[in-house]
Amino acid sequence: MNTTAPATGSSPPLLRISALRKTFGGLTAVSDLGFSVAAGEIVGLLGPNGSGKTTVMNLISGALSPDAGEIVLAGHPIAGKAPHKVAHAGVARTFQLVRVLGEMNAVENVVAGLAFSRRPLWGAEAASRARELLARVGLARHARTLAGDLTYIDQKRLELARALALSPQLLLLDEWLAGLNPSELLEGIALVRSLKEEGVTIVLVEHVMDAVHSLCDRCVVMNAGAKIAEGTPATVLADPEVVRAYLGDAGA
Amino acid sequence: MTSLRTPLLFGAIAVAVLAVVPLVADGYGLSLAINILNYAVLATAWTMFSGPTRYVSLATVAFFGIGAYTVAVLGDALPWPAVLAAAALVGVAVAFVVGLSTLRLAGVYFVIFTFGLTELIRQLVTWYEVNVSNSIGRYVFLDITQEQIYWQLLALGAVLFLATLFLGRSRLGFALRIIGADETVARHCGIDTTRAKVLLFALSAVFMTLAGAIMAPRWTYIDPAIAFNPVTSFQVLIMALLGGVQRLYGPLLGVIPLALLFEYLGANFPNHYSILLGAVFMVIVYLLPNGVVGLAERLRRTASPAAPAGKEVA
Repeated sequence: MNTTAPATGSSPPLLRISALRKTFGGLTAVSDLGFSVAAGEIVGLLGPNGSGKTTVMNLISGALSPDAGEIVLAGHPIAGKAPHKVAHAGVARTFQLVRVLGEMNAVENVVAGLAFSRRPLWGAEAASRARELLARVGLARHARTLAGDLTYIDQKRLELARALALSPQLLLLDEWLAGLNPSELLEGIALVRSLKEEGVTIVLVEHVMDAVHSLCDRCVVMNAGAKIAEGTPATVLADPEVVRAYLGDAGA
Repeated sequence: MTSLRTPLLFGAIAVAVLAVVPLVADGYGLSLAINILNYAVLATAWTMFSGPTRYVSLATVAFFGIGAYTVAVLGDALPWPAVLAAAALVGVAVAFVVGLSTLRLAGVYFVIFTFGLTELIRQLVTWYEVNVSNSIGRYVFLDITQEQIYWQLLALGAVLFLATLFLGRSRLGFALRIIGADETVARHCGIDTTRAKVLLFALSAVFMTLAGAIMAPRWTYIDPAIAFNPVTSFQVLIMALLGGVQRLYGPLLGVIPLALLFEYLGANFPNHYSILLGAVFMVIVYLLPNGVVGLAERLRRTASPAAPAGKEVA
């Protein structure tokens, strides 16, 4: 089980989000959301479908601009910056619907993450680093395979290798463990945990509760765009308001 | 990375062989060769940007026409190299304006916008000529022979070939391929997509502008309808598509047969030229969606069963 749960340590958090707000027309997708993530922590972002989790991921990674609020990464404000600038600031992400470069091989997919990062690698150096990263996620055999021909889990691994190629301080995993079979899920959980051991800070959106329990130091639970609970997985999942958000009023 | 030696060697041999064409060809042959070279430069320059990014541009003739008009205006006033340099500068400036205003658009919106923008430029030039210069056409009397036009185009083509070759191995070229595959992924990989697209669009525009400038003395008389003829943009597009845009030599495979076909159609069916052109476009797009090169690679793939299936280009 988790031995550390540094909700608010003495050192400043790696990621600090405050009063974050995003509306789409009349719909408030994220409403005055605030939470912090300490360096080295894994924080789960939970909530029923449509509660605004992916919007938060898009706001952090720069895919969307917030209407109000602050996102601060290691002391630098990143809210509203273009995605490539956020990537250079140290944020890498995977996508809810896996996005690989289908007509390029696995090495090229990873080089895509290496060649334009803060400290870009190119040529032979990039290719050998890409192979290391592929080995890291268990894709060493598929270096020359076209990404479009990989199986679903291997495409997810590849996406993770590409994100790791950016040497991120903060990694955003949007349902990275969704759609895996039970044995793949165990492998996936072990892989994410090994990233934490290397010191990568992770925010993950996840519906697979086994994964949430075994990986997350803390969870932030959202409903209708707002934070309704925060704490260790065991506490938040026992919270009556969280149960109500997931299951509705009637059953209780 | 694959070796540069083979393409460089083939390129050098091709340029050396092509350089003697004016010495052996008659007037008609030379004129045909100039036509083919011009289209080869335009189609390769088009592919340089539109191939990897899959942004289909119909602005080719805007830059071609700008080159031709720069020569018409400045041809008498400046020495020839300075005229070419001026044309390139105007082309780059317009490319940056067009690029920054259009490259945020995607898909069919970009196609239509580039087409509309070309018409806008043509109308602006026409308006200026009618209201300010008080004449719709201009004469280009320059002491430049057909042979010199041919050799200049060949030199431009050689530089373009080298530029494309090195671009394909550069980070910028790779960035554009990622943009073409998935622009969202490109941004989240740290690529400043707008900058990469505008840079390449401008580079490709320089070659189109220079082609127009070099071709201008050939006409002796130009007006906006000739210099900015939108059919040119479509012809270049279909040549590049017929050849296949994923390889450096792809466009060339489309240019030669189609330049000859257009020449034949123009000479024999002048009144039905547009209809026949449209029919040719449809046949090519239906039968060869990935071009001759794509077809060849598909045939090679079906020969080996383990081969992956190509994803359709939207």
